[in-house]
Amino acid sequence: MAVELVKGNDALLRGAVLAGCRTFYGYPITPSSEIAESAAALLPQLGGTFVQSECEVGAIQMVYGAASAGERVMTASSSPGISLKLEGVSYLVGSELPAVIIDIMRGGPGLGNIAPAQGDYFQVVKGGGHGDYRLIVLAPNSPQEMCDLAMLAFELADRYRNPVVVLSDGFTGQMMEAVEFPVPVTSIPPKDWAVRATPETSGNLINSIRLMPEDLEEHVTALFEKYASIEAAEVRYEEVQTADAELVVVGYGIVSRLLRAALARVRDQGLRVGMLRPITLWPYPSQRLAELAETASGFLVAELSTGQMVEDVRLAVNGRRPVAFHGRYGGAVPSVDELVKAIEAAYPAEGRSA
Amino acid sequence: MSTMTGGAVLQWPESLYRTFHRKPGGGQESTHYCPGCGHGVLHKLIAEAMDDLAIRERTVFISPVGCSVFGYYYFDCGNVQVAHGRAPAVATGIKRALPHSVVISYQGDGDLAAIGTSNILHAANRGEPITVFFVNNAIYGMTGGQMAPTTLDGQRTTTSPRGRDTMDTGSPLRVSELLSTLDAPVYIERVALTDAKHIMTARRAVRKALKAQVEGKGFSLVEVLSPCPINWKMDPAESKAWITDHLMPAFPLGVYKDVLAEREPQTRLAPQLALDKVAELFAAEPSVERTGEPTWDGVADRYREPQVKIAGFGGQGVLFLGSLLANVALRRNYHVTWLPAYGPESRGGTANCNVVISAEPVASPMVTEPSVLMALNAPSLERFEPTVTPGGVIVYNSTLISKTPTRQDVEVVAVPATAIADELGETRAANLVLLGAYLAHTGMFSAAEVEATMDQVLKSHGMLELNRQAVARGFAATT
Ligand SMILES: Cc1ncc(C[n+]2csc(CCOP(=O)(O)OP(=O)(O)O)c2C)c(N)n1
Ligand code: SF4
Repeated sequence: MAVELVKGNDALLRGAVLAGCRTFYGYPITPSSEIAESAAALLPQLGGTFVQSECEVGAIQMVYGAASAGERVMTASSSPGISLKLEGVSYLVGSELPAVIIDIMRGGPGLGNIAPAQGDYFQVVKGGGHGDYRLIVLAPNSPQEMCDLAMLAFELADRYRNPVVVLSDGFTGQMMEAVEFPVPVTSIPPKDWAVRATPETSGNLINSIRLMPEDLEEHVTALFEKYASIEAAEVRYEEVQTADAELVVVGYGIVSRLLRAALARVRDQGLRVGMLRPITLWPYPSQRLAELAETASGFLVAELSTGQMVEDVRLAVNGRRPVAFHGRYGGAVPSVDELVKAIEAAYPAEGRSA
Repeated sequence: MSTMTGGAVLQWPESLYRTFHRKPGGGQESTHYCPGCGHGVLHKLIAEAMDDLAIRERTVFISPVGCSVFGYYYFDCGNVQVAHGRAPAVATGIKRALPHSVVISYQGDGDLAAIGTSNILHAANRGEPITVFFVNNAIYGMTGGQMAPTTLDGQRTTTSPRGRDTMDTGSPLRVSELLSTLDAPVYIERVALTDAKHIMTARRAVRKALKAQVEGKGFSLVEVLSPCPINWKMDPAESKAWITDHLMPAFPLGVYKDVLAEREPQTRLAPQLALDKVAELFAAEPSVERTGEPTWDGVADRYREPQVKIAGFGGQGVLFLGSLLANVALRRNYHVTWLPAYGPESRGGTANCNVVISAEPVASPMVTEPSVLMALNAPSLERFEPTVTPGGVIVYNSTLISKTPTRQDVEVVAVPATAIADELGETRAANLVLLGAYLAHTGMFSAAEVEATMDQVLKSHGMLELNRQAVARGFAATT
């Protein structure tokens, strides 16, 4: 069978194309620019739209426009650009518009640097824009998943009429690995709510204003009922050797691959260590972590940040087990050796004797 | 509250709802605008033009943030309400998705000329074929009378309580003049909503601007000097006089740009799925045909499961060498990852990449302790030699590296790669010579396998023969 070695960023854009996305608005920023470059190369050849916007604020509003018109539309950026997009994200949510936003995270705060990081967890997973809202957040850890989760992102965005973020990092975007591309989506479900400049849709309104408090409260309540259904149906994660694990390590994106290498080493030393890798960062696999807290004696979270996702693990574990943390940040990435040591240090004493 | 009177309006336009069902309370006939406000008048002019041009059902009206935030209460067409200042960006997204639509971006002076300055400037400069109605009332109406970019010199507002000091806050921004310096816009005119005569001119301008879009001509904008009696603290009649006496001198009326006659209509098509074309483009990407089992048969234990670091200066084909090695392995069904150093690490003319080849799925693509180092220049050897694992392999370009590796616990293969490449007439083929030497030394893959891979993944076959020779010379160099 023919197989391709593909960069994560390219795989992602091609996944979007396979999902039926023909519209891209964005502003260049390392390390996400390749996605815009691929879009500029590919989409016009398909009769699609590529616009390099004046800034990220503009890009996300162009996305708002295209989404209002019922297009499958995306934008891609990296951390500082995502900060700028959050105004538009709040409006997308308020108007219940589907859109796909890619964040190839880099080091912050401020201009920081362009090395891989995971410091955007708070701004993407917990909010960052104004108001009560949630974003569906997907965290790929390979070029194959960059493609697959990009496709899924469009499907979920349309299904729930909510923006979806693919939260990745410079390494996953830059690395090449074998990718098998799925078959393309052949039709996109009609969106009868969209404003399509037709007689049938000319009565439609895309709007986030609810002037009366009781109306806005009702609207937000409906949004959160929708979020409850997403939490019930869309949690995704990968588990590795958790059945007998004394210690469960938790990491997403590129960190999960480093942890996996460390896992192989500590298993060879006889430590019973497993891994839970969240694929959806929201909805979060809290339930599964709570279950694992019954069987494992401790947790270790590793992130390319000073500790953001660890808060969700601690909430899920709810004080029943110790949750250790190992973070590198500012663009630094832990070595496998370093993670092995962190695992050894976090390994529960009772597990050692058992 | 006011009704939409003001001009010599005889008939109620079809393009406006008769009663405003979206307004809280529902079904009213009064608007939310103050008596004497210009917004209602302009709404009616726009709606009449929509009627005349028979475009109601394909019009998308964008309501901004400002007093006209509730434009969708009134216009009986597709409606999109947007964030403050961003209407031209949203309009871009709608118009490009729906080229047949007529998109109206309706904006106040705070919205367009302050917070949204960059969005309007760039939409105009791209020549988005949309129509912008720009209500210049020299003040922020909705938020209670603060200073706008268009506020006049000396004009008192709640945030310029001593009168606008232009030395401190800038001069009134003349948007029509500014935008008419751009190449793309096709029609820009400034009008005023004062007396019947001026309203007739405004009516013509509104129609012309929409017609420009219907005909696919490009970006058009009508700036409308419009009364805000409430915040000007005047009655409606005084407001009109103030426009004539004070606003018009600062913002002269007239046509600032009109190239409608000379512009050809543009045609853009709505995005299509074009699945045939997708299949074609995907098929054109380089891929390898997988053959064989990833068994490491015939490869000495110490060379199996290599963690490879390849380094040199930019232009030596370091990244290509890595991806070719990865593809050769992929073709043989191994699991591979390739990770380049990017950003600051790759600045200053150096480049390096990591390749991991394994019979099992690769965990980490990062190579911090390589079992193989291919060094194409001296700084690379210097930098990475200490990181090589004991028992590892260093293959280096002895043409450019005079200082030999000092490590005693690794295998060292010296290859005059650049000299050999020069003999072949192509300095840049040194990378392939080094690859050949590495593969020959370790017995990992044959020259024929490299050749077969190049055949499949290289887009241009022009250099194939030279590449083949370079690999072959590399294989020969170690024997
Ligand atoms: C991001 C943001 N900043 C500020 C505001 C508050 N705001 C609402 S309308 C407005 C100014 C409106 O003035 P203008 O655009 O001139 O329209 P008018 O009300 O005069 O018609 C401001 C500052 C907002 N809604 N959003
Ligand atoms: S505040 Fe001014 S602009 Fe707003 S509705 Fe009243 S008169 Fe019109």
